[in-house]
Amino acid sequence: MRNISYIDKPNRTLMVYALVYLAFLYIPVLFLPLFSFNDSIYISFPLAGLTTKWYGQLFANEPMFASLWNSVKVGIVTSIFSTLLGLFAAKAVTRYRMPGKAPVVFVIMLPLVIPYIIMGVALLILVNRMGIPLSLFTVTMGHILVCVPFAMATMIPRFEGFDKSMEEAAADLGENAWWTFWRVTLPIVFPGVLASLLLCFTISFDEFIMAFFLAGTEPTLPIFIYSQLRFPQKLPGVLALGALILVVSFIVVFISQWLRRRGSDDFTSSEV
Amino acid sequence: MSGNDAYIRIVEVSKHFGDVVAVDTINITLSGGEFFSLLGASGCGKTTLLRMLAGFEAPTTGEIYIDDAPMSEVAPHHRPTNMVFQSYAIFPHLNVRANIAFGLRVDKIDKAESARRVDEVLELVQLQGFGERRSNELSGGQRQRVALARALIKRPKVLLLDEPLGALDKKLREEMQLELRSLQKALGITFIFVTHDQEEAMTLSDRIAVMSNGRALQIGSPKALYNAPDSIEVADFIGKMNFLDASVSDVEKDQAVLDAAGLGKVNAASKADFVRKGANIVVAIRPEKLIISADRPGEGRAAVQGVMQAAAYLGDRSHYYVSIDGAEKPLAVAAQEVDTSLSQSLENDAKVWLSWADDALVLLPRG
Repeated sequence: MRNISYIDKPNRTLMVYALVYLAFLYIPVLFLPLFSFNDSIYISFPLAGLTTKWYGQLFANEPMFASLWNSVKVGIVTSIFSTLLGLFAAKAVTRYRMPGKAPVVFVIMLPLVIPYIIMGVALLILVNRMGIPLSLFTVTMGHILVCVPFAMATMIPRFEGFDKSMEEAAADLGENAWWTFWRVTLPIVFPGVLASLLLCFTISFDEFIMAFFLAGTEPTLPIFIYSQLRFPQKLPGVLALGALILVVSFIVVFISQWLRRRGSDDFTSSEV
Repeated sequence: MSGNDAYIRIVEVSKHFGDVVAVDTINITLSGGEFFSLLGASGCGKTTLLRMLAGFEAPTTGEIYIDDAPMSEVAPHHRPTNMVFQSYAIFPHLNVRANIAFGLRVDKIDKAESARRVDEVLELVQLQGFGERRSNELSGGQRQRVALARALIKRPKVLLLDEPLGALDKKLREEMQLELRSLQKALGITFIFVTHDQEEAMTLSDRIAVMSNGRALQIGSPKALYNAPDSIEVADFIGKMNFLDASVSDVEKDQAVLDAAGLGKVNAASKADFVRKGANIVVAIRPEKLIISADRPGEGRAAVQGVMQAAAYLGDRSHYYVSIDGAEKPLAVAAQEVDTSLSQSLENDAKVWLSWADDALVLLPRG
């Protein structure tokens, strides 16, 4: 015990707290995969038996796949556009002295605190007034609006964290602004860009309220799932779907954390 | 390019940041192939001036000419200058070779030639075998060399160095100073070197501009600045100096007779305008120009008696502080070696004599 410093001393109370906390977070989630293998349409104990038929039904479910594909499309377009806009905004905010910077940042960040239902209604009125038909396009627009602040918030620390003289050095060595961005700025902030892409995709993939208002005849996955809940016999299928999404999410988060860690190994220790 | 007496001209250049005047009407003319230092405390405007030469800041007024071409409309990436940054700014995502070759893309040279030139500068800065390393696998001194190599491969006409040795420890710094100096001589490139370390500036430079509050106080060779400073600030910044208030009692030709606090009547040579009869000025003398002795020195030599306050032994020399009547502060005296008979009598509170040659006194206008 003598070699263990004060800070390393095991603390039983905190350990219990941590376990309770983790249980609170994950036990409800674990019911999804559990009941998705249960041979009954009713979610109750005791379990009726093991089956994979819900997964079988799922893979035969054409509308589900259509809505999944819709969500993936919307998610990819949203994440790319939000990350691009966020990238430029983050660079502008951290690199340039400009008039009205604070109000501009405030306006960009505002969607973070406006309830989605308000945004959804507002956008619905707007697109109706403008005569734009509701479609995946309008859903994507709405999602970009709410994702840009997240993208920006993800990338600003990346820009703040690297020495501005790197960009000056590139200019000094003969590169114009465009090439400086490609050869120096982007590679250095790239881990932030990746993180932003993943985050924005997740937010869009997950988003229900705005999609509910703005989607036309083609539902996204959350809307599809919601529509299924009206039919009790469809519930186990939803659970199976949820379980699969859970697994994919874990993999994505794992990859993004791994990328992030690898990125910071490369860059943080290097300079000032 | 060497031999061109006015290769770089900094004409009436000022830089304002809002209400702050960072650089205040600077005029400097540099010849090609010169090693020129901008010396001053932090915040004196030396880095801002360097950044204006590189093109990262635009002068508020005035113009910089390089090889007679005005630079204000020329973007950093089109200037014949390259810079070694204080932080070195080594690109973390590239290895040493790629860092050094970074600037060659715009020169559109083929791969073989590019590789040959990288090898050439790697050898020049003695980093052979480090080409595949990343910046986080390099020591401070090695990064400094990479930054230097990356700038030199562009074969600039002017190399700008922003306190490049500031982050290195003393021993390495002194080594790099020698290397920088011989590199500059060998390449014949004009170096403009920013530093706050007066010893470094003295070691390296052909000429130095001493800067304070955005102004260039005095520009000259290290020798000229040390032996003939023209203001109290410069005299104080370059080396150590004793200052004594004095008034001019008589001037004849270039010889002045002064009444200096603590020293009494002294003679000094001066051609400066401010040395007029009755004028209040400052007399300055370097610590090593004061000679300390236990007995009164020979007749005809200017001398004053004082009391030893403190002594510090530094190995290659010793410092003494001697108080004299009439002077506010004890005078600092530096002596290389003192014979043992004297050193025994140089205890605190001992009475000692200080003497000097007339030409050791420097006359300065009162600040």
